[in-house]
Amino acid sequence: MLAVAVDRVWKYFGDYPALRGASLSVEPGACLALLGRNGAGKTTLLRILAGLSKPGQGEALILGAPSRDEGVRKRIGYLGHGIGVYDDLSAVENLRLFGRLMEMENPARAADSALERVGLANVKDGLAREFSRGMRQRLAIARAFLHDPDVLFLDEPFTSLDDRAIAVLQRILSEAQARGATIVMSTHQIREAMELASQVALLERGRIVHAGERTAEMLADPTWLYRTFGEAQ
Amino acid sequence: MKRGLLAALSIARKDLKTELRTKESLNASASFALVILVLFSFAFDLDRESIYAISGGLLWLVYSFAGALIVNRSFARELPNDCLDVLIASPTPAWSLFLGKAIAAFFLLLIVEAISLPVFGLFYNISWTGVFWPLLLTISLATWGITVVGAAFSAVTVNVRLRELMLPVLLYPVLIPLLIGGMGMTTQLLSGNMAAADRNQYLRQLIAFDAIYTALAVYLIEFVLVV
Amino acid sequence: MREKAVYACAIAGIALMVWNLHTIFMGLPNDALQGFIFRIIFIHVPATIAAYCFYTVALVTSILFLARRNFVYDSISVACIEVATVLILVNLVTGSIWGRNQWGVWWAWDLRLTTQLMCFLLYLGYLLVRPAITEPTQRATLSAFIAIFAYADIPLVVMAIRLPNVRTQHPGPVLETGGLAPVYVAPFVIGIFVMLLIGTALILVRLQQESEQREIDSLRRELHAL
Repeated sequence: MLAVAVDRVWKYFGDYPALRGASLSVEPGACLALLGRNGAGKTTLLRILAGLSKPGQGEALILGAPSRDEGVRKRIGYLGHGIGVYDDLSAVENLRLFGRLMEMENPARAADSALERVGLANVKDGLAREFSRGMRQRLAIARAFLHDPDVLFLDEPFTSLDDRAIAVLQRILSEAQARGATIVMSTHQIREAMELASQVALLERGRIVHAGERTAEMLADPTWLYRTFGEAQ
Repeated sequence: MKRGLLAALSIARKDLKTELRTKESLNASASFALVILVLFSFAFDLDRESIYAISGGLLWLVYSFAGALIVNRSFARELPNDCLDVLIASPTPAWSLFLGKAIAAFFLLLIVEAISLPVFGLFYNISWTGVFWPLLLTISLATWGITVVGAAFSAVTVNVRLRELMLPVLLYPVLIPLLIGGMGMTTQLLSGNMAAADRNQYLRQLIAFDAIYTALAVYLIEFVLVV
Repeated sequence: MREKAVYACAIAGIALMVWNLHTIFMGLPNDALQGFIFRIIFIHVPATIAAYCFYTVALVTSILFLARRNFVYDSISVACIEVATVLILVNLVTGSIWGRNQWGVWWAWDLRLTTQLMCFLLYLGYLLVRPAITEPTQRATLSAFIAIFAYADIPLVVMAIRLPNVRTQHPGPVLETGGLAPVYVAPFVIGIFVMLLIGTALILVRLQQESEQREIDSLRRELHAL
């Protein structure tokens, strides 16, 4: 069974198709970098995969079930543009709340160990609003992957992170890969993405124009992919 | 079903906790209610008989104004940091997320009402303690109606330009049948001439409103939140 | 095709209306009690009946939009609601004139006047909020939701104004009790058809506009994407 199977998905905003029959399949355990220019439809596709939006036509299956399926949503982790934590709750309260919403066995223990992992254990009772920017980003990472999801969706994860948050995110992503989780991330930071990715897909005006293994030439020259498969400038 | 209700309670508790910490909408709503109560006393110069005749209307105008301020924040509270996305992406079904928000708004509005009811009795020299229990029933039923429709429209308008202006435009016309019932029943309770047959008719009105809109909102909210 | 339907409805509606107005003003005797003014009933009541027909269509298409996500349903909903709200306004204005003549007041808080006014306000909310939502899918979805909420309110309003503390003074429902003299039945029924035909013509024009608007929006987005 595929971890992510997108089959001819169209998404309209009014009559304008933001996705035009995008198809994509990701094997379990793979790490896919979703590349494309602004407005190519990366965020739209990721929002459909994370269950925040419904496809107009076509089908998006995560682990064999539609992404709005409640059983499957338990196994998805999503890190979007916003950090997704409440400013007026403390770090540990935030994580316990999400633990409960994720229907975890022991939200309190999960919260503590997640805070340990991102290095916020010593400030766990501090309100999120009082945290520095980097601390808030690490809290967001702890929140998104609190429940050790089987499929991780990240929308521009490295944009505007500080060094420590990048290190934390990279460690969590490699841990996830080690336990066989699937990762799909959209990104502008081609170099960082290429290092992590095992697969790449290029989205151009709502269509997947190339999908395949990450090859050596992509690593050596990040713009190679755009030049080879993208539309002429 | 049970899972959904538990999640709804988690979300309601979260809303109440953050609101009691910041008191953003509570303070605004309660002080607004008090100001209106004071203003009304200047608007009408009434003797003891006629004050009872308009008591229900007065009380529910105050409560519905205060309610709009409470429900305005209901879903808007999720906007900073994109928390709404996180809630929608979680396994919590949309209806229980909505129900949690409505429950929190219900209790917040009850707090405001509990503050303004004694003030209302004091300013207008109206005694309400004798009919406390039937009054509590009326207030609970009508308040649930305000908050369930309010939370639903709060979800609808959360991403809309001029959200604070649009919510009342949508909310008040829908609330009219509820408020007519709540006002009539409160007036009759406070002036002490409630016939049993009348009471049943009022209760039927309030319960019908609550039931219809709770069912509609719970059933349709998924379509609104996941576009 | 659609253009032909618009013309057919409009021409049929207007011709029927002219003929009907002629009958109403020239052919019919004055009412024994109300005199000349009673003729307002041939506009007043058909406008409401047509309005509620269109609101019902809008309810059905709103539900269909939520189920099928086809923008045609959204266009039908908004077109129907706009036209129906204007018809309700016609009903309110004619009723008000009649009330001034018969009761001596422009407005009375009676049963049906109140219902009509609330209906007007409910759907006014719909029409006001719609333009504030910029993203078309979201606009259509939220509008459908609001239309369903508004329609559900109508029976509750009817229930509410029968509560003990609400007084009424509207003339009894002549239709149900068979109080309409036989000579008045034909112009009355034709009046309903006139409103439905003219309403449908207006709705079809609005539908055309809506679909063109969607096309413009999508072209504009296409342009931004380039």
